[in-house]
Amino acid sequence: MNVIACAKLVPTGTPTLGPDHLVVRSGVDGALDPGDEYGLELALQLTEQHGGDVTVVSMGPDEAGQALQRALAMGASRGALVSDPSLRGADALVTARVLAAAIKRYPFDLVVAGVESTDGYTGTVPVTVAEILGVASVTAVRRLEPSDAGARIERMTERGYDVYECPLPAVVTVTAGAVEPRYPSLKGIMQAKQKPIDRPSLQDLGLSDTKATQTVTAVKDAPTKAGGEIVQGDEAVVRIADLLAEAKVI
Amino acid sequence: MAGAWVFAEVTPDGPHPAAFELLTHARSFDDDPTAIALGPGATAAAADLGANGAATVYASDDPVFAEHPGRPAAHVLAGLIEAEAPDVVLFAQTYDSRDVAGRLQGCIGSALMGNATSIADPRHARAEIFGGTKIVDVELAGPAPTLILLRPKSIAAEPTGGTARIVPLEAEVPEDERGARIVERHEEAASGPRLEDAKVVLAGGRGLGGPDAFAMLDELANEIGGAAVGASRAAVDAGWVPYSYQIGQTGKTVKPEVYLAAGISGALQHIVGMKGAKRIVAINKDADAPLLAMADLGVVGDLFQVLPALTEEIRRRKGS
Ligand SMILES: Cc1cc2nc3c(=O)[nH]c(=O)nc-3n(C[C@H](O)[C@H](O)[C@H](O)COP(=O)(O)OP(=O)(O)OC[C@H]3O[C@@H](n4cnc5c(N)ncnc54)[C@H](O)[C@@H]3O)c2cc1C
Ligand SMILES: Nc1ncnc2c1ncn2[C@@H]1O[C@H](COP(=O)(O)O)[C@@H](O)[C@H]1O
Repeated sequence: MNVIACAKLVPTGTPTLGPDHLVVRSGVDGALDPGDEYGLELALQLTEQHGGDVTVVSMGPDEAGQALQRALAMGASRGALVSDPSLRGADALVTARVLAAAIKRYPFDLVVAGVESTDGYTGTVPVTVAEILGVASVTAVRRLEPSDAGARIERMTERGYDVYECPLPAVVTVTAGAVEPRYPSLKGIMQAKQKPIDRPSLQDLGLSDTKATQTVTAVKDAPTKAGGEIVQGDEAVVRIADLLAEAKVI
Repeated sequence: MAGAWVFAEVTPDGPHPAAFELLTHARSFDDDPTAIALGPGATAAAADLGANGAATVYASDDPVFAEHPGRPAAHVLAGLIEAEAPDVVLFAQTYDSRDVAGRLQGCIGSALMGNATSIADPRHARAEIFGGTKIVDVELAGPAPTLILLRPKSIAAEPTGGTARIVPLEAEVPEDERGARIVERHEEAASGPRLEDAKVVLAGGRGLGGPDAFAMLDELANEIGGAAVGASRAAVDAGWVPYSYQIGQTGKTVKPEVYLAAGISGALQHIVGMKGAKRIVAINKDADAPLLAMADLGVVGDLFQVLPALTEEIRRRKGS
C-alpha cells in the first residue's frame, strides 16, 4: 500500500499577520503541523504492516523543508515540496490544486492529511483534493484497515462513530488520538538526510493560475473578556452556588 | 438582490439547528433565501426551514445522501448551481457540511471561506482567526457562487413563521461517483439536554485525571438539573469521554447562562467555543491558568474538593 501524507509547515507559537495581512511564514520558526503527525503515523503503520512506502507532500516556503525532514526522520521514504513566491497567500482552492497536482506524480492507494491545519483550520483542503483527484474521501478518521472493498474506516461523528466501506484510492483525514505519533530515532534522523526531496515547479505541475480568491481587507484584535474575581478556600463553594442562584439556574 | 442559498443538514431529528441560523444570516441580504435539504427527512424538514425564513426548499429524500455523505450532495449542488446561478451558498462549520463544501469547491472552483462569524454580502464576510484573537474582514473573488462556512451560534436564529415552496429534486447519482459508504452507525445514548441548548454547561479537562472523575460532573449536573457535561479536547483525546463532549474550535460552540470549567487551562482553541457564555466559572489549582483570568468567578483550588462540596451545597440549599 503506497501512501501519500500531506504535511504543512506551521509557525510555532501564535502566528502573526504581516502588513499585507498575510500570515508571516518566512523567517519564523516553524514545525510540522502537530495535526499532520497523526496521518503520518497512520501511514507509516499501514506501510509497515502491508508493504509499500510513504511519500510526504507539502506546499510552503523553503523552510517547509525542515518539516519534511522530521517526516522523513519518522520513516517516510521521500518528500515533495512545492515552493513558489506566487503561492504566498494561497487560499484553500489554490492549496488543493497544488497538492492534488503534486500527489498525482506518485502512485498511491491512500492520501492522508490532518483534519484541519493548526493555523488555518478551514478543514476543507483534503476533500477538495479528493474531488480534484476524482477519488473517495472520509474525514475525521479514527481507524483504518485494508479490506476486500478497499478499506474499512471508522469516522468520528457528533454522537459516536460510523463505519465506512471505502474504495481505494481515497483521501482520509486522521483525528488526534487515533494513533500515537512516534518520535524520530537518532538513526531515523541520520537516514533522513540521505532521503530525496523533490521540488517540482508550478510549471512541472502544469499549473499557471495560482491567484488567491480571498483577500483580507482589515484586521483588528478581538475584544478580550475582562476577568472577574478570584476566590479560594471554603468561600469558593458558597460563591459558586450564589452565582448559580443569581443566574436562576438553581 | 443577491441570491442566497443555505445548505441545510438533515438529521434524524429534523434540520440541524445551525440551518436556522444560516437562514437568519442569509436574510440580512436576501429576503427570500433558498434552502437545499438532501437525504431522508428532507421534505419533512421543509416546514421548519420555511418557518425560519426559507422561501424555497429544494428537497430530496433519497437515502444515497445519508449512505454516502459528501460526494453525492456536492455533485447535486454543483448541477443545481449551474442551472440557477445563486450568488452565495452558506454552510454550517460542521464536519459534515464542511465535507460537502470542500467537495463542491473542487467541482466549481469558487472561493471558500471557513470560520466566518458574519456575512455582509456574498463577497464580504468576517471571521475570527488564530483561536479567536483576531477579527478579519475578507473579500471573496472568483466565480459565483461564493461558499461561506459560518460558525454555529454566531447569531441567534429568528423564526419568521413563513411557509416554503417545496421543489422536489430528482437526484441521479452514478454508482462510481458515490464514494465511501456507511455500513454501520454507532451512537452513544444521549441523556439530558444537548450541550448546545443547556442553560448550564459543566466542562472537565485534563485536570480530572481520568474518566471516573467525570462522575463528579454528572452528579453536579444532576443536582443542578438541566445542566449538560462537556469537555476539553485533552479529555476527549485521552479517550475519557466521547468526541460529542468536545467544546472549542474543533468541537461545539456553547453559549449557556453559566459555564463552569474544572481542570481546564484555557487554551485559545478551547476559549473559542465558550467565550460567549453569560457567566464563566473556572476551577483550577494553578493560579496562573489563562481561563481564571477571563472567568467572572475564578476559583483557585483542587477540583476534587470543590466539586463534591458544591454538589453538597446545592443539595443543602434545595433542601431548605
Ligand atoms: C487545531 C487545534 C484544534 C483544537 N481544538 C480544540 C477544541 O476544540 N477544544 C479544546 O478544548 N481544545 C482544542 N485544542 C487543544 C488545546 O490547544 C489544548 O491542548 C486543550 O484545550 C487543553 O485541554 P485542558 O485544558 O483540559 O488540558 P491542560 O492544558 O493540560 O490543562 C489542565 C488544567 O487542569 C489543571 N488541574 C490539574 N489538576 C487539577 C486539580 N486537581 N484541580 C484543579 N485543577 C487542576 C491544571 O492546572 C491545568 O490548568 C486544539 C488544538 C489544536 C492544535
Ligand atoms: N500547504 C499545505 N501543505 C501540505 N498539506 C496541507 C497544506 N495545507 C493544508 N494541508 C493539509 O490539509 C489539512 C487541512 O488543512 P486546512 O483545510 O487548511 O484546515 C492539513 O491538516 C494538512 O494535512
